[in-house]
Amino acid sequence: MKLPYYPGCTLKKNAKNFEKAAIAAAKHLGIELVELPRWNCCGAVSSLTSDDVMHHVAAIRNLIRVQQMNDDGILDNEYRLVVLCAMCFNVLKRSNILASDAMMLNTINSFMDTEPDYEGTVEVKHFLEVLRDEIGIDTIKSKVINPLKGLKVSAYYGCTLLRPREVGIDDPEAPTIMERLIEALGAEPVDNPHKSLCCGSYHTVGNKEVVARRTYKIVEGARRNGADVIITSCPLCAFNLDNRQALTEKLYPGFKRMPILYFTQLMALAFGYESEAGFDGNFVDPIPLLEKKGLIGMKVQK
Amino acid sequence: MSEVIHIGKEENELLAKVEEISGEIVTLCEQCGICTTSCPMADDMDFTPAAIMHAVKTGDKAVLDSKAIWICASCFTCTVRCPRGIDLAKVTEALRQIHLRKNKDHINLEEVKEEELEEDLPPIAIVSALRKFTG
Amino acid sequence: MTRIGVYVCHCGGNISDTVNVEEVAQFASKLPDVVVVRSISHMCSESGQKAIMDDVREYKLDRIVVAACSPQFQGSTFEKTLIKAGLNPSMVEMANIREQSAWPHYKTPENATEKAKVLTAMAVERIRKTKPVEREAIKIGKNVLVIGGGIAGIQASLDLANAGFNVFLVEEKPTIGGHMAQLSRTFPTEDCASCILAPKMADVADHPNIHLLTYTEILDIYGSVGNFKVRLKQKPRYVDPDRCTACGECEKVCPVSVPDEFNLGMTARKAIYLPSPTAVPHAHVIDENACLGIVPLRCGLCEQACEANAINYDDTPKYINLDIDTIIVATGFEIFDVRKKPQYGYGRFQNVITALELERLIVEAAEGHFIRPIGKDIAFIQCVGSRDKQVGNLYCSRICCMYATKLASLLKRADPSRDVYIFYTDLRAYGKGFEEYYRKAQELGVKFIRGRPGELQEDPETKKVIVRVEDTLTRKIIEKKFDLVVLSVGLVPSKGTLKIAEMLKLPRSSDGFLKEAHPKFRPVDTPVEGVFVAGTAQGPKDIPDTVAQASAAAARAMAIMNRGELELSPIKAIVYEEKCDGCGECIEACPVDAIKLNGKASINAAICKGCGACISSCPRDAIDLKIFSNDEIMAEIEAALKDKKEGEHRILVFADDMCTYTLADGVGTAKLNYPSDIFIIRVPSSSRITPKMMIKAFELGADAIFLGECEEAVSPYSGTLKVIKENVEKARKALEEAGIEGGRIQYSSFVTVMFPKFVNIANRLHEIATKNEISEDKRRRLHKIEVVE
Repeated sequence: MKLPYYPGCTLKKNAKNFEKAAIAAAKHLGIELVELPRWNCCGAVSSLTSDDVMHHVAAIRNLIRVQQMNDDGILDNEYRLVVLCAMCFNVLKRSNILASDAMMLNTINSFMDTEPDYEGTVEVKHFLEVLRDEIGIDTIKSKVINPLKGLKVSAYYGCTLLRPREVGIDDPEAPTIMERLIEALGAEPVDNPHKSLCCGSYHTVGNKEVVARRTYKIVEGARRNGADVIITSCPLCAFNLDNRQALTEKLYPGFKRMPILYFTQLMALAFGYESEAGFDGNFVDPIPLLEKKGLIGMKVQK
Repeated sequence: MSEVIHIGKEENELLAKVEEISGEIVTLCEQCGICTTSCPMADDMDFTPAAIMHAVKTGDKAVLDSKAIWICASCFTCTVRCPRGIDLAKVTEALRQIHLRKNKDHINLEEVKEEELEEDLPPIAIVSALRKFTG
Repeated sequence: MTRIGVYVCHCGGNISDTVNVEEVAQFASKLPDVVVVRSISHMCSESGQKAIMDDVREYKLDRIVVAACSPQFQGSTFEKTLIKAGLNPSMVEMANIREQSAWPHYKTPENATEKAKVLTAMAVERIRKTKPVEREAIKIGKNVLVIGGGIAGIQASLDLANAGFNVFLVEEKPTIGGHMAQLSRTFPTEDCASCILAPKMADVADHPNIHLLTYTEILDIYGSVGNFKVRLKQKPRYVDPDRCTACGECEKVCPVSVPDEFNLGMTARKAIYLPSPTAVPHAHVIDENACLGIVPLRCGLCEQACEANAINYDDTPKYINLDIDTIIVATGFEIFDVRKKPQYGYGRFQNVITALELERLIVEAAEGHFIRPIGKDIAFIQCVGSRDKQVGNLYCSRICCMYATKLASLLKRADPSRDVYIFYTDLRAYGKGFEEYYRKAQELGVKFIRGRPGELQEDPETKKVIVRVEDTLTRKIIEKKFDLVVLSVGLVPSKGTLKIAEMLKLPRSSDGFLKEAHPKFRPVDTPVEGVFVAGTAQGPKDIPDTVAQASAAAARAMAIMNRGELELSPIKAIVYEEKCDGCGECIEACPVDAIKLNGKASINAAICKGCGACISSCPRDAIDLKIFSNDEIMAEIEAALKDKKEGEHRILVFADDMCTYTLADGVGTAKLNYPSDIFIIRVPSSSRITPKMMIKAFELGADAIFLGECEEAVSPYSGTLKVIKENVEKARKALEEAGIEGGRIQYSSFVTVMFPKFVNIANRLHEIATKNEISEDKRRRLHKIEVVE
């Protein structure tokens, strides 16, 4: 299966390991993720005003690329766009929903007069959705080479994957999609009462204490339920929960660090692609823990 | 000393502007307070989310000078919980936009300390912060 | 030859301030066959009615037109006047020149007057074609089916039985009593619920006129008022209630334990069990799903233990057929499923319970059974599942503010050292004694905080529930840990209510509960004749309101049955047998299955609702309505389009009586303006307007046509919207063939409060009609086009 995919800026810069892990994991499941040609930054946050058309242009332009990939023969009637970053997913999907309004679409298309018209055919999907709906949990389970036995994983959803309801991929109050993935990979999901408590998002620029305090709550919530690691589906959440632990330590003496992994890293590990998982890129080093659990240094699948 | 406020047509300006920009009917708010205790940032706010809604409804312009509207992290928890179905995230965004559309930025990148930017901040953080805090 | 009298009403200025009534009267006097014209100040008054009666006698009038208010307002008044004058009540037509001319067009008195003239002409031409329809009456017996054995069903049954009627009370559980039997005390008097209910339950069991059928399921109901055929299945109890003494020895030896539904799963019962402490019939029953086995192998322990020899393993289901005349639906409510709000932790946190569970805890504690600790610090969270767009229940459940106040008061009084809080948004204490009761609760020290929590969290060590709330009155966020949090859950229609609604084709309101025939004046009638509703099946309410409604429903049923016969509405479909070829197309088109084929199509007048959806399905034009017939409607259409002046436009709006016409009246009453080139023709349902009629209207000069119908959820008919859509599509095709824009025919559905929607549509129609002119040539082309039906 060939699916077009939108990486977003961060997976190409600070979080290259998340992308590498994703591509390896996808390949293992029989999906070739084909990067969108000439994609541009989605804008990171969705413009929430009712009168703003301008800020949706950037997002729609990316959707046009999917159309072009089909027109150019790179894809064959494939309009499902896979997104690896939850914030990009939210932005692209919200703009796509607005583009179903004929007048709005018309304005955007007229504005981008050098681009082909967006026809409203693209479906924006987060990678987790594809895993749940197109691949299926059972298939994922059957493809696990290195079951993550004994690893207690707390799923952290953040905000943009689940909210608002028309965009979210699962119930915002009781999501289970990541826990199902964790189970399928052989690990043990543990609950966290703060699993969708906002990490602080963009406040990490200029107000990082706000983030560090949320990190404390979220990590402690996971730890109390016995978690060894936390997984995320958004690179900003990953940064906030991971890198900001340095500040959290300073604010809360006695705070013990916990490794934060991206969900694709966990998948890569379970599928035997240890080097692609890129654990050296994580701020809080997960390797000692994974070694202790006997989950790395295993036979590597090429 | 209690302040006497004379209500009248003036209070409609703020309400009208916010409803126009956000597309939400702010007057539907019944002040139940669910938004406040759903908000992860409420403890750091000078106006609680419910207070923000009430201020808009009653034309209290002080809300425009609040810290609260900038502390909001656009997490949409209020939106998915409001029993009246009001999208509060859009209302708060409208209040920010009232400033930003007048070119009154909330963050000045030049003022963000060097070491912070060097700190390996991912592009997503910088882009989203600039999108939210500048016009 | 006919002799018509036309009466134009001033309505005390309501009409005459805008419409020149003298001009209208003058105009009417020139219409053919109009023998008498009068303009009178108040037609509905005694003098107005006397004028009609005198004129009928003196001038030998046989048809009357009253140009005045809406027929929905005073139509029945004039029908009675005609009966007094010795005429058939169908022979009067009202021209609605108040709600549909003087009021909405008050800004343009000239237009209003011209429109009033046309409306009057429409009424005259229509009444000319009206045939005097004899009212049909059917025989009604004395058998009543009451569905549901809660307090509503119990009360209705007792009222009917005491009045001498034959009541069949059917209840699906093994005992009657409903939810009221589960309650501790009732507000505002704090009566013990089962104590006041038990005597009524005993009366039901003893009453010679009540046939109590518990543990009974309704398989189906077919027919109509006076002639319902009901099929029931009574499940086997395996215990003979006449022998069982409820001694309980069987329970002691039964090896199977399952959750006890009466206690909401908080305690266990055996497979053989007494359904509730006050069960009626007061006998045990074997739950065959829980029991180890009955056929062919059985454990047999209960039979051995039973000294009364009441156990009968060979019991079988009984199939019962009943002939019923009227039905009362009293199928009750269920509480909101709190799992739909996971943020409140129900099921995850051991110390979060529902209010109904608390009721049981209190009752059991009073008996000395302590199911779980209640603790000292208790919080009530209001509006769980009500007034909540996120779960789709927009309505208020009415009783929760009061039941929470009651439960809080009971807990506080039982142990004054408790700290009891109620977290609310509004405290609705609207009923008799309610406000005083709320005050007493405050005096007791129950703390009311105005603010609701977004979510609940649990202290991992103590398991206490953390409630964080904004006190909206002080704007402070407060937090407290509670031993017990009680969710004040709302009410939703029960599964039984939904099932019966489908079976009897009862429409439901937008809140999901059963819809009443008229929200003000017929609150216990359903739109289905002979079927009444009582209690929470119609909407959330407390016990006094339920009992009042139950007695009301009983009285309404009695009113029909008492006289032994029931006069049916004359608006019915009729088959002209000489034209019918027995093709059967009409049978499928009928939304209520009123038509059967006996060689020719035959209509059951008792079931027929008179919507007219069958008309457009008949390829032989063999079906029509007795009133609102093809001739009458065409006459109205012709009169509406006659004498169109140069540059004038005429738009026809077919308005269904229940919703669109009522809405149009409402718009007029609210004095909202809309263009005066809109002429409204009242129909029982817009599905009676066939594509041929629509095309004819364009031929005759219509510039746009609109069909309005009730929204499905509030419609007295079902399935008519589909027919309207098909008819419009066929008509549009024909228009396009003649070179006329299909968009000149529009249709939509309404509820009676959609004022802005009506005005917007009216304006839009005016735009469509006036944008371009339809040439005479194109109109003539329509004549040749074959409309496929």
